[in-house]
Amino acid sequence: MVRATDRTLPASTGATRIRHAREDRVFYLINGVLMTVLFIIVIYPLIYIVSSSFSDANEVLAGRVWLLPRKPSLEGYQAVFEFKQLWVGYGNTAFYTVFGTVYNLLMTMLVAYPLSRRDFVGRSLLMFLFAFTMFFQGGLIPTYLLIRSLGLLDTRAVMIIPWAIVVWNVIITRTYLEANVPNELYEAAWVDGASNTRMLWAIVVPVSGPIIAVITLFYAVMHWNQFFNALIYLRDEKLVPLQIVLREILVMNSSAAIDDLMADITEEELLQMTKREYLQALIQFALIVVATVPVLVAYPFVQKYFVRGVMIGAIKG
Amino acid sequence: MSEPLVQSAPRSAGLPASRRRTLTKGRWTWRNISRNWEMYLMVLLPVVWLIVFMYLPMYGNVIAFKRFVPARGILGSDWIGFDQFIRFFQSFKFREIMWNTFYLNAYDLVFGFPLPIVLALILHYAPWQRYRKTVQMVTYAPHFISTVVMVGIIMKLFSQRIGLLNVGLLQFGMQEVNFLGDAAWFPHVYVWTGIWQSMGWGAIIFLAALAAVDPELHESARVDGATIWRRMWHIDIPGILPVIIILLILRSGQILNIGFEKVFLMQNPLNIGASEVVDTYVYKVGLASRSPNFSYATAIGLFKNLLAFLLLLAVNRISKRLSETSLW
Repeated sequence: MVRATDRTLPASTGATRIRHAREDRVFYLINGVLMTVLFIIVIYPLIYIVSSSFSDANEVLAGRVWLLPRKPSLEGYQAVFEFKQLWVGYGNTAFYTVFGTVYNLLMTMLVAYPLSRRDFVGRSLLMFLFAFTMFFQGGLIPTYLLIRSLGLLDTRAVMIIPWAIVVWNVIITRTYLEANVPNELYEAAWVDGASNTRMLWAIVVPVSGPIIAVITLFYAVMHWNQFFNALIYLRDEKLVPLQIVLREILVMNSSAAIDDLMADITEEELLQMTKREYLQALIQFALIVVATVPVLVAYPFVQKYFVRGVMIGAIKG
Repeated sequence: MSEPLVQSAPRSAGLPASRRRTLTKGRWTWRNISRNWEMYLMVLLPVVWLIVFMYLPMYGNVIAFKRFVPARGILGSDWIGFDQFIRFFQSFKFREIMWNTFYLNAYDLVFGFPLPIVLALILHYAPWQRYRKTVQMVTYAPHFISTVVMVGIIMKLFSQRIGLLNVGLLQFGMQEVNFLGDAAWFPHVYVWTGIWQSMGWGAIIFLAALAAVDPELHESARVDGATIWRRMWHIDIPGILPVIIILLILRSGQILNIGFEKVFLMQNPLNIGASEVVDTYVYKVGLASRSPNFSYATAIGLFKNLLAFLLLLAVNRISKRLSETSLW
């Protein structure tokens, strides 16, 4: 994408730049300033969170951390790593993410491949039935009652089975396949005696690497960040994913973890602050970082796939 | 039906050219169905899923018109017509909830929709490539922060006394502000943190559209002495207008579908006057309440979904009239 944009910007090559009207130079100046302002607005809170997580909790509470860590300390991370329920949540989320994503991929490919075949009778009806659910849904209560009557409440399956397909991902997959697998290829394969199933494995899957990467990432992030379904359908503490545990500590501020840890704090550390505030500051910043790191570490490497996914969607739109 | 199907080559794919002329539409259809039976097997599982988990709940909405008793099931419960809807319309909560839902969305639409376009234009015309890539990458990143963590961050930044913003205000000798526990502040904090999180990601699609604008238009405009500013207005904006309109239609259709998670997580007794929206209310009435009222909650949810759907149809229709751009 970046390269494509370069082509539309001959203005930025050396020779023409000199000939820019004065107005254009003003434009570039304002543009650069605005971009920098936005850049700072977006990155500053992130820096603050990370710096605070590596700082002494008292420094954070006193408002002395504003850019770089002060009195660097790993206490927050230590507290986080000693917190059992968090790791239960992590484990559950890993489970839901891995199995859920595999299931999502399978189901999405099973429907996107036939939908990409122009000789598949009924494709427009099927597409309509799927697309319609993007604009009108059953709603929370009927879905809840259905899941309850299926006996899925408070099971691991409830985090996976009912969320098989995100229609948008079917659309981008179908669009990609239509654009990348020429119809003649199916024709030739048919003449050679290949079955449709074989075509899926021998023709479609090998060229689908990029789109599979894209939807894998979309689905994996969806599972990793899943909160709502767990809130509605899970009660059992042994089954809840990471985001539910995070909510208790980050948002509700009332957590067994903090109560547990309170026993270990010495009087000196409490000179200025209440125990609770101290521990919150200690654990919350580190927790935000620990919870987000798996997604953000992978992010620079997979960024182009995400961007590609959005752009495939854009072609269709 | 007896007309030979020759004009649409792709539909008769896989046929030797000599036979293509003689194939009628009916035979074409039948031949493809029988030849592609495996594909029907493939979609079987997804279709079963679609019916069970997407369409059955749509049917489940009939309990909005019944006095639903779980023990008697959907079919066994008594019909009561529109009573639940009327009860909601007459409820003292009705106006407040509908207004909050609409207001938060409209606020978000007015600022959250154009800003990614502005960001895309800024990035598109940024002369320093490496810096530009860095900015792009950093502005996309917040999109991947989960809602729970996002609200955690908001609390770290906006809470009283120890929140970064209030610490700053105090240091500059100003009064601290209860950003999180004040109904008047809730919409601002909600919308602008949302923009912070989604602006970069939202810009991607417009960047792609900008890259697709014909460079020759720019070239000839430049020869005519047009400044970047003018070219932006007269070439870029019209060039990406179809994408803008499509996204605007989709976004308008969502005007009542506020994300449940963030509102729910930011809600507290102090800001409830501005933060109670339809979805959170449905959750409270139907699931979180000690004596859940499924029928009433379903009626409220259904009312909202229908309204949102009609809105989408209306916006799509208007757009079709005015700009000949539409979803279908």
